[in-house]
Amino acid sequence: MTTSTVPLIQPRRARGRAFFDALHGYVFIGPQLLGFFAFVLGPLVAVFVFSFQDRDLLTGAVAFVGLKNYRAIVVDPLFYKVLSNSLVFTAGLVLLNVTLALTLALLLSGNFRGVTIFRTVFFASVVTSAVAWAIVWRFILQGEQGVLNQFLGIVGINGPNWLREPRWAMVSVIVARVLKNVGLNMTIYLAALKSIPHEYGEAARVDGASGWQVLRSITLPLLASTTLFVAIITVNGALQVFDHILLMTAGGPENATSVLVYYIYRQAFQFFQIGYASALAVLLFFVALGLTMGQWFLRGRSAEA
Amino acid sequence: MRRERGTAWLGRGAWYAALIALSAPFVFPFLWMASGSLKTPAEIFAFPPTLIPDRWNWQNFVEIFRYQPFARQYANSLYIAALVTLGTLCVSAPAGYAFARIKFRGNTVLFLLLLTTLMMPTEVTIIPNFFFMKFLGLINTHVPLIILPILGANGVVSTFLIRQFFLSFPQELEDAAMIDGLGRFGVFWHVALPLVKPALGAVSILTFLYSWNLFLEPLVFMNDLRLFTLPLALNNFADAYGVPVWHFQLAATTLSVLPVLAVYVLAQQRIVDSFVLSGMKG
Repeated sequence: MTTSTVPLIQPRRARGRAFFDALHGYVFIGPQLLGFFAFVLGPLVAVFVFSFQDRDLLTGAVAFVGLKNYRAIVVDPLFYKVLSNSLVFTAGLVLLNVTLALTLALLLSGNFRGVTIFRTVFFASVVTSAVAWAIVWRFILQGEQGVLNQFLGIVGINGPNWLREPRWAMVSVIVARVLKNVGLNMTIYLAALKSIPHEYGEAARVDGASGWQVLRSITLPLLASTTLFVAIITVNGALQVFDHILLMTAGGPENATSVLVYYIYRQAFQFFQIGYASALAVLLFFVALGLTMGQWFLRGRSAEA
Repeated sequence: MRRERGTAWLGRGAWYAALIALSAPFVFPFLWMASGSLKTPAEIFAFPPTLIPDRWNWQNFVEIFRYQPFARQYANSLYIAALVTLGTLCVSAPAGYAFARIKFRGNTVLFLLLLTTLMMPTEVTIIPNFFFMKFLGLINTHVPLIILPILGANGVVSTFLIRQFFLSFPQELEDAAMIDGLGRFGVFWHVALPLVKPALGAVSILTFLYSWNLFLEPLVFMNDLRLFTLPLALNNFADAYGVPVWHFQLAATTLSVLPVLAVYVLAQQRIVDSFVLSGMKG
C-alpha cells in the first residue's frame, strides 16, 4: 500500500526541493552578481553617458553636450599620435614577446642539467610587480650615467639617452615590458611542447630531416594554436599597458610613448576633462570588443583547421 | 664516434652560452637593484660601475622609513592583499560552485553576462567608478582597493576558474551526500569545497599578487601618503622636482620585491601552475 503513496507525494516534494535549491543558487551567486551590476555593468553604462556630457569638477555642474567630445577626438592631433603609438607598442610587444617566448621554450624543452634554474629565472619577473620592474629599468636606462650606457661605453659604443629620445623610448618600454611578461608565454609554450610526441621528430630525423627542418615543418605547425593563444593574451595585455609608461617615460618624450590607457588617465585625472576622457574610454571599449570578436573568429577558424 | 661526442659537447656548450646570455636581462635588474639599494648617492652612478658596493650603506634601509611612512604603506599593502584574497574566496567559491552545480533559472545567461567583464579592460570603467566612490565618500580610503578586485575582473576570473574546476569532477559524491540528508550548504562546505582546494590555492596566489601589484586604482583613489600602498610608495621616493632619490627608491623596491621572490623560489611550481591556469582561462 505504501508504494502507491510515494509517487503521489514525491513530485510535490521534489518541486519544493528544487525551488529551495534554486534559492541557494541565487544566494551563492548573489554577492558577485550585485558587484557586477554595481562596479562593472553600471559604470560601463555610465561611461557612455559621461561621454555625452561635460562635467565641471569644481562646481559639480553637468551639461549634456551631445557628440562634442567625440568631435573633439576626431580633430585632436594628439589622439592620432596616441593611437599610432598604441599600435606600434602592441605590434612590437607581440612580435618580440612571442618570438622570445618560443625561443626560450625551445631552448628549455629538453632535460638538461640546470634546466629548472633557467626556467625559474625567466619566470621570476612575472611574479615581480610591474612598478618595481619599471623602476629598476628606468634606473638601468638613465642617459649618460645609466649602467647600460656605461657598459656600452666600455666597448666603445656611445649609447643613446634611452628614455628621452622618441624612437628609443618606445623601444625601451617595449623591451622592458617583454622581459617582464615573457616568462608566462614561455611556460605556456613549454606545456604545449611537452604534449607533442617525440616520435614525430624522431621519425623525421630518421628520414634525414635536419633539426631546422623538423622545427619548421613539424614543431611550429603543431604549435600554431598555442601561438595564436599566446598572441591573443599578449595583445590584450598590451592594450592595457599603463604602469610601465607612467613610470619609465610618463608618455614622453614629446608624447612618443603616450598610449591609449595612459592618455585616458591623463585627460581624466590630470586635466579633469571627464567628458573627453570618457569618450576615449568608450573608444577603448570598442577596441577591446573588436579584438574579442576578432579572436572568436580566428579561434573558430583555427579549430576548424 | 669521438667526433660525434665532440660536436655534442660543443652543441651543449653553445646551448648553455645562449641561455646564459639570454638570462642576463632577467637576472641583472635584480642584482643591480640590490646593489644600488646598498650604495651611497655618490657611488650610485659612479664610473666604472660597481656591482659590489665599495661601502655598504645599510643606512638606506633605515632612512626610507623616515622619508615617508613606509612601514605603514607596507602594512597597507599586506592587509589589503590579505583582505582581497579572503574576500575573493568568500565570493567566488560559492559563485563558482553554484554556476557549476546548482540548477536555477538563468544560470547560463547570468554566467555569460558575468564573463563579459573579462573582454573589457578595467580602465574603461575607472572614471565612473571614481565618481561612484566619490559619491559614496570612499575616496582616500582603502575600500575601493578592496571591493573592486573582489567584485571586478579579478573576482570574475576567480569564479570562472573555480567553476571550471568543479566541472572537472563527477557529481556523484555530492548527490550521495544530498541523499544522505546533507543540505546544499553542507554539501558545498563539507564535500565540494575540499575537492577544489588546488583551485582555491591558485586563486589565492593570483589574487594576492594582483592586489599587491595594483597601481592605477590606488593612484586614482588615493592621495594621502599614509594610505599609500607599496607600488605608489615606491614611486614616491622623489625630490620636489619629481627626480627619483635613487638609493632610497632602490632600497624600498628591494624590500618590496624580496619577500615575493623568496616565496616564489620556495613554492615555484605551484605559483607557475597558477599563472598558467589563469592564462588558459580564455
